[in-house]
Amino acid sequence: MTISRRFQLLEQRDINRETFVEPWPEAGLIVADSPADPQPSLRIEAGRVIELDGRPRAEFDILDYFIADHGIDLATAEVAMATPSIDLARKLVDINVPRAELLRLASGCTPAKLVDIIRHMNVLEMMMGLGKMRARRTPANQAHVTNRREHPALLAADAAEAALRGFAEIETTVGVARYAPFSALAILVGSQTGRGGVLTQCAVEESLGLELAMKGLTTYAETLSVYGTEGTFVDGDDTPWSKAFLSAAYASRGVKIRFTSGTGSEALMGHAQGYSMLYLEARCLIVTRGAGSQGVQNGSISCIALPESLPGGVRAVLAENLLATMLGLEVASGNDALASHSDIRKAAKLMLQFIPGTDFITSGYSAMPRRENLFGGGNFDADDFDDYNVLQRDMQIDGGNHPISEKEALDIRTEAARAIQAVYAELGFPAITDAEVEAAVLAHGSENMPVRDVVADLAAADKFLPSEQNILTVVRALQVRGFEKVASNLLEMGRQRVAGDYLQTSAIFDRNFKVQSAINDVNNYTGPGTGYRMSTERWHEIQNLPSVKSPRDFIADQIGAPCPRLAELGPAQAGTNLEVIVAVGPAFGTELIRTINGLDHEEVLEAILTGIASEGLIARVIKVYHTSDCAAIGHIGAQLSSSGIAIGIQSRGTTVIHKRGLARLSNLELFPQSPSLTLEAYRAIGVNAARYALGKTTTPVPVQVDNWARLRLIVKTALLHRHETEQILDQPPMEMRFDWEPDL
Amino acid sequence: MSTRTLKYPLSESAAEILQAASGRRLADITAETARAGELSMTDFQISADTLRAQAEVARQAGYPQQASNLIRAAELTAVPNAEVLRMYNILRPGRATHAELAALAELLETYYHAPECASLVREAAAIYQTRNLLQK
Repeated sequence: MTISRRFQLLEQRDINRETFVEPWPEAGLIVADSPADPQPSLRIEAGRVIELDGRPRAEFDILDYFIADHGIDLATAEVAMATPSIDLARKLVDINVPRAELLRLASGCTPAKLVDIIRHMNVLEMMMGLGKMRARRTPANQAHVTNRREHPALLAADAAEAALRGFAEIETTVGVARYAPFSALAILVGSQTGRGGVLTQCAVEESLGLELAMKGLTTYAETLSVYGTEGTFVDGDDTPWSKAFLSAAYASRGVKIRFTSGTGSEALMGHAQGYSMLYLEARCLIVTRGAGSQGVQNGSISCIALPESLPGGVRAVLAENLLATMLGLEVASGNDALASHSDIRKAAKLMLQFIPGTDFITSGYSAMPRRENLFGGGNFDADDFDDYNVLQRDMQIDGGNHPISEKEALDIRTEAARAIQAVYAELGFPAITDAEVEAAVLAHGSENMPVRDVVADLAAADKFLPSEQNILTVVRALQVRGFEKVASNLLEMGRQRVAGDYLQTSAIFDRNFKVQSAINDVNNYTGPGTGYRMSTERWHEIQNLPSVKSPRDFIADQIGAPCPRLAELGPAQAGTNLEVIVAVGPAFGTELIRTINGLDHEEVLEAILTGIASEGLIARVIKVYHTSDCAAIGHIGAQLSSSGIAIGIQSRGTTVIHKRGLARLSNLELFPQSPSLTLEAYRAIGVNAARYALGKTTTPVPVQVDNWARLRLIVKTALLHRHETEQILDQPPMEMRFDWEPDL
Repeated sequence: MSTRTLKYPLSESAAEILQAASGRRLADITAETARAGELSMTDFQISADTLRAQAEVARQAGYPQQASNLIRAAELTAVPNAEVLRMYNILRPGRATHAELAALAELLETYYHAPECASLVREAAAIYQTRNLLQK
């Protein structure tokens, strides 16, 4: 039971809703360097591996066999295994060592050797490595599109918007498996409405997934899960050979394949055998490469909370991304499943992939609200779009996305929802009504969608799957209904399936529907000035948030006709009667007529003078011309004041009470937060200045502190100060006449 | 057709040469032929030759395992959809006896002319036996 109020608040913070545990190697709850992890070793006899990481061939499990016979390049293994791990680690960070050399060396490494390299690296070094080793030069991002009601119009609209926002791949899944052909169809039509060339998949059981691919409804599959121990692999109902066969089967139907693995799955499934998560992941990755998959989705994925419960978990997840790239694999680098309650922690974790850039920075950014995500994920979702876009703008980093306006979103959502409506009508599926189309365009989520007849939809989906209807039927339906552009994009996807260019490593299509892969867009990073550099156009696109304003009219409210009651008399002289001087900045009441808070300068002067008069003192107003600095204005006023007391005030409202004899940057009272100052406060400042002049005891004016004011108003503050500074003249302070009588 | 030395991306460099599984040239798969009702689903299927050409691209780019996968894929284009699914299921753990896997390898080798796939299945059969993953 905490008794400190601060600790009580800390307990309630989001971060303290997480589970943090100590490592427990026997249970596999250790991210790296488990006592059970083997030392690297490799013995080859007659072109055959006879010992792998300390284990003789007779004791191999299925992963060892597969790694030994398919995963390791024996021609380079001798050199690679003989190279000290620290040297390999240093090569990863060394800009003078190109990616190709590291690929060659890593291809000859055993799982334990790969892990041994990581042992020498901190996260910054790994990020350097990841930026260099990423296969495709241009980074990209992937989206999830699902909804709880599995509504086709909403799926199509969300997929279209996601495509327009820049996602290169869009993935759906289903709550009810029988919906799969319809959901795959909806995101296919939606994505090709948003941008031709977006790759799509529907994550379902493998046989069904293959059937969808064979109908032309999907273009990639990343459902091929692999695990780091034999027990887990077999529990997953596969072996490395069945997965290798499956990947060939998908490729034979023109489908891009990506395996899935990630730290923590073995511990979660109870078969970690005491090994560390990273060692098991290294085994997965070599199996993935050995099976001929072009890439992997890793970064713990759905198990992410498990490594994050352990010390070094986030580092280990970065390490597994890096290991995958070292093996030449495309990497969809996680950041998909909900990983934390804390926004700070989520964003910090994201940076490890966002800053170096990966083939897909998230392997599933939830393009709709989190509760609609049937992957159970949504670490970042539709509500975070603007945050993600601002991070790109802040760091001048291409995270694969870009901002769009509401109008662009609504237009594309409308077109996609109408396109799927047309397809349903032409193919004889249960009608999508105009009301459903309209709802899908504006919806936040399923709750805004009319309820469909689930029984009728599922019956139609059951009929569609084994029927002769396929992508070609859909193309013709779209042509007949006048959706020429969408039809043409779908047709081009069909043509690309025939050409197979997107089967290559890290392949996506750019916005011109040109394939972009590790073959024709290979990452050639070798230090500053090389590798991916954003084009001027892309940078412009990333900066151009819909919320960006021109700063030029920010201070329009502060500008107006000069105050008629304030007139300049002549050079100011030192005072003789007991007085307080009110010294104003060079733009006061002329170039600028209101404070940042919107108070008329005349009213501010009235308030101050009323305060001074209420103590029975007179005041003189002078204008300081040769500085715009608040302290200097007050300091000059104090030199001229017979009492030695002056109030200095800038046009934006920042105020100081100064006293002759004090250093310029010292003061009696300072009111730096001009946005918080009211007329009452100015009056109180006048009162206090007068009391100082009269030698009375004085309590400082209470100052309101608004921590957000600076954040909110800093641009305006800068512009107001610039305006005042522009009025600086090389001339002495001038005596001012202010046409006013105290109302006491 | 010779696909050995095609330049990547094939869709750009070889549209006149590439053929779908149906034999139709890529250049003849257009909005017009679709509208005219001339296309069928086999016109949207990749051919074995194209997969072999992509395998060569992968091999030359330094991705030998991926190249092997694309060769196996080329072989599997000859296998009907349902049969591919059946084969995959046989390869899953505990599904088949050694004899059944040997028969599958034989079928792939002689009937479908798929030697690389057959070799993968034979290797699996041997290791499944060692690791006790055959049907009990």
